[in-house]
Amino acid sequence: MATSKRNVNFGNRSVSSDNREGIKAWLNPFGYGWERVSYWLQRLTGLFLLVYFVGHVFETSSIIGGPDVWNSMLQLTQTLMGHLFLILVIGTSTFHSANGIRLIFTHLGKGLGKPGRPDYPYLASSLNYRQKSGIWVALILAALAMLFGVQVLFGKG
Amino acid sequence: MASKTVTFRISRTMTNNKKMPNHDEFEIPVQRWTTVLDGLLYAKSYLDSSIGIRYSCRMASCGSCGMKINGIPRLACYTKVSELDSSVITCEPLGNFPIIRDLVTDFTQFFKHHKNLEPFIQNKSADIDNEEDLSWFTQTPKDVDKYLQFSYCIKCGLCYSACPSVATDSKFPGPQSLAQAYRYFSDSRDDASKRRLNLVDERHGIWRCHFAGSCSVVCPKGVDPALGIQLMRGHLMNFSKNDMKKAKQEYVRRQDQMDS
Amino acid sequence: MNLRESQIMKIHYLTGVCALFVVAVHIIMRLIVPFSTSLTYENVIGNYHNIPYAVLLEIILILIAIHGFNGLRIILLELRQNRIWEKCVSYAIIIASIAVIAYGTRTIIFANGLEL
Repeated sequence: MATSKRNVNFGNRSVSSDNREGIKAWLNPFGYGWERVSYWLQRLTGLFLLVYFVGHVFETSSIIGGPDVWNSMLQLTQTLMGHLFLILVIGTSTFHSANGIRLIFTHLGKGLGKPGRPDYPYLASSLNYRQKSGIWVALILAALAMLFGVQVLFGKG
Repeated sequence: MASKTVTFRISRTMTNNKKMPNHDEFEIPVQRWTTVLDGLLYAKSYLDSSIGIRYSCRMASCGSCGMKINGIPRLACYTKVSELDSSVITCEPLGNFPIIRDLVTDFTQFFKHHKNLEPFIQNKSADIDNEEDLSWFTQTPKDVDKYLQFSYCIKCGLCYSACPSVATDSKFPGPQSLAQAYRYFSDSRDDASKRRLNLVDERHGIWRCHFAGSCSVVCPKGVDPALGIQLMRGHLMNFSKNDMKKAKQEYVRRQDQMDS
Repeated sequence: MNLRESQIMKIHYLTGVCALFVVAVHIIMRLIVPFSTSLTYENVIGNYHNIPYAVLLEIILILIAIHGFNGLRIILLELRQNRIWEKCVSYAIIIASIAVIAYGTRTIIFANGLEL
């Protein structure tokens, strides 16, 4: 049986013997429920926030260049695009934090129900409404935070 | 009973002369109760006998017929065509498993991960050599409930296929073996708790699970591997340490009572 | 120092939770005056001269750097599995964290020394 970890050749055709789905699986949140969506969003928001954090540390370092350098940095960031980007940061950080708290509880084994005797239709007790509502709460909080951000950045004063 | 026809798109890997991988299409008559496996066997019997399919019990008991059906890992015998609500049924081999041929995949790596986590009772006080002095391990229904659902695993591989961590990490044991690690960890007859925790506490061990929950979504037997993994993590974090300690102490006390 | 993965993850969770509180304080500080006013040079330098706030910024820097770069390490470890890659990722993450923390600390110290 051609099952070893190497490319298997059949004449002029070859089949990758690993068949792992790769990053496609990370990027596909569909078909498996809300928990998969929250995994996808947690990863995306985490990477986005890391990039923002590094940029923010770099951007705020312009303060030591004096008021002229600081003001020219502000001219770049305090624009419509800059504000929209900041609103995105607010939303992603709120979701990442709220969902992260939910995940910490689940990783401690809390909020998942107890093992028991499975019966048809074999619904998983770990994928209960506590988890789903936790994800929805995180999404709603992110949306509310973004609305608050809009009010602060685009509102009067 | 009026029957209709649906199109089965079956992934082929070597038996036709087209560029691989590709799909062959077959028109299959189906009834309300026709399963995907029935459709595949119809195609194999009457349309193209070279289709490679693995199956056995036809009743969701053996786990042999796992495959991706319309993009989601399912058991072909347990999935009715009518519940898919589609006129095109796409059957592909399970993702994350090397393909042998068509819909048949290789489970060597899957079983290797399972074996690495020592899926058997370990108990130093079990004298299995001296038949005259046999020990017995009693369990209450409450003790059994702690691990029963995880013992229902049929090793179909659907969870391994659905897991996004397995998709990229070849060293990650996968939801099935981690759930089995918890199954033995939570069994009151087992006294290798510390060893089991050390086995999973690796760079590519239990911590590469991020509770995407896809394993529990696709599991056909209600094993809920995600639950087992998170509960095991709770013990690794020393958060649920006392629960297990109390349970084991109670178990030992009962054993001593029975022996005296 | 070879930490177990469970110890690294405990640090990851702890830094995440603590960062939440300190970042919340940081954001509130930007909102106690109108937002655009809070970003003026004088206001920002005044914040850096406030020692407890400067310490808070340093704590945010350390917590978020550890949490963020450890998250990146986890993602990179899942992408490829061989000894060389894992060693490179571990060292790169540690160096990147130290670099970002050092650069941010430089900003805090220098800004603290600047006159209004």
